Amino acid sequence: MTNLANFIGALPGAISQGLIWGIMAIGVYITYRILDIADLTVDGSFCTGGVAFVVLFSGGMNLWLALALAFLVGTLTGFATGLLHTLCGIPAILAGILTQLGLWSVNLAIMSMKANVSINVIDKASLNRLLVSLRFVQDVAKGERPVWQHPIFVVGLFTIVIIAVLYWFFGTELGCSLRATGSNPNMARAQGINTDFNKVLGLMISNGLVAVSGALLAQYQSYGDINMGRGAIVIGLAAVIIGEVVFSRIFHNFALKLLAVSFGSIIYYVVIQAVLSFTEINSNYLKLISAGIVALFLSVPYWKDKYFSKPVKRGGTQNA
Amino acid sequence: MLDIKNIYKTFNAGTVNEKTALNGVSLHLNEGDFVTVIGGNGAGKSTLLNAVAGTWLVDEGSITIGGVDVTHLPEHKRAKYIGRVFQDPMMGTAATMQIEENLALAFRRGKPRTLRTGINKAEREQYREMLKILDLGLEDRMTSKVGLLSGGQRQALTLLMASLVKPKLLLLDEHTAALDPKTAAKVLDATEKIVTRDNLTTLMITHNMRDAIMHGNRLIMMYEGRVALDISGEAKKNLTVEDLLARFGQATGSTEADDKMLLA
Repeated sequence: MTNLANFIGALPGAISQGLIWGIMAIGVYITYRILDIADLTVDGSFCTGGVAFVVLFSGGMNLWLALALAFLVGTLTGFATGLLHTLCGIPAILAGILTQLGLWSVNLAIMSMKANVSINVIDKASLNRLLVSLRFVQDVAKGERPVWQHPIFVVGLFTIVIIAVLYWFFGTELGCSLRATGSNPNMARAQGINTDFNKVLGLMISNGLVAVSGALLAQYQSYGDINMGRGAIVIGLAAVIIGEVVFSRIFHNFALKLLAVSFGSIIYYVVIQAVLSFTEINSNYLKLISAGIVALFLSVPYWKDKYFSKPVKRGGTQNA
Repeated sequence: MLDIKNIYKTFNAGTVNEKTALNGVSLHLNEGDFVTVIGGNGAGKSTLLNAVAGTWLVDEGSITIGGVDVTHLPEHKRAKYIGRVFQDPMMGTAATMQIEENLALAFRRGKPRTLRTGINKAEREQYREMLKILDLGLEDRMTSKVGLLSGGQRQALTLLMASLVKPKLLLLDEHTAALDPKTAAKVLDATEKIVTRDNLTTLMITHNMRDAIMHGNRLIMMYEGRVALDISGEAKKNLTVEDLLARFGQATGSTEADDKMLLA
């Protein structure tokens, strides 16, 4: 029973983390599902957003301004990958890997060549300036803080605003042209759409969101370090795929699909927490388990198609 | 309307796979010309259309559409003047988007994509009326994903999209070749209707000689990257397949047309 108590006690934290990573996963959804690009920049840009925020915020900058700048820096990383892909003709995956590698040095440079930077949360005044923090989870539980300061509530609201903005954007002329670019670039060009421009734009928006997610996580755990983005793309893909597997039958609207991604991320973190609570497993094996789960989910559609596909019903010619 | 002057295109230049696909093609289309293009495999038909559409830039020569020199313009900028239907039914539409969304994308061809709404109510009604012309029942399925449509339905939709904003030039690249004969006839029929209704300047590639003779006011035959035959007016109206083969033989000194193209 102590395991169960442990698990339930850890749930609010797991859900908070899931929501924060969910914003990154929404960024991954934009590239992976809408643009049809597997963008590996995120492992780097997540960290860039996190450490840039910590350095700016610790330096005394306003929290919202620091978040906005983290977003901006994220868009720049997407811009770099976009240029490598469109202007230099490098395959998207490789372009992302190149940016990611380069960002490792950039991230260290942002931290003045240290491996991590932290936010002072011992000092009450400094802690109270934060938007989300692991400590708020405990404080709310103890009744020392109002419920609306709980990270689940704050990040949940953040997520809803982001989804609302994206829903609006992808319904505009420009947003539609972005979707067409991912769906069929030949058709898009024939309809006068600049597909190169759109790919760069999509990568920028995506990595901007990823960086904001990194900034929120750094804030939540009160530090940023050089390894915080490692494997982010896998978590993002896991969230996208889990969201689709669980909710695709009931969520058809675009906004709900984005919400499903966020839910997918929460499910992922709750499952990880369950594994940690109920087994004796060394947490260093988590990355191996994550990779295995994502590999499995990615192969399901392929196997289904190859071994379990039903013959398609014909008979459209008289309607054609 | 279209003025092609002495264009050349060589693929894989300097390698063993070097292939001169366009070998000095010149072609002038007047406004309202409906030109059918025939020729064997590798004669340069599709290459000619791609050169005009701007899939890549030509090595030499110039292309002018409606007085605008487009020789150095990228594909998406030329799209302002050009409507296209491809051979592959999958190529011309976005499968994961709705029928009305595809039409809305086509409705904005040649205009800047802004942050205004991607599709509005008034448009929807307009699209519904236009889809009725196709007579495929698509007007009742406007929010269906295009991926659910048959090849023929997709080609008909692409045709509608290509002519939604009146193009200066309509390019049809064997757009009925992938369809069964009955559906092909329907799509060709719709093509004839739309081209006549809007008096569109059209270049249509076909593998079917009979179609090439039946449609349009002018016929060109390509051979080894050049225009080998150019027949228009009364001469075209009285043309038969046998005439065509004979004249092709005279023009090129080749008899390969017989077997290669009749089979196609």
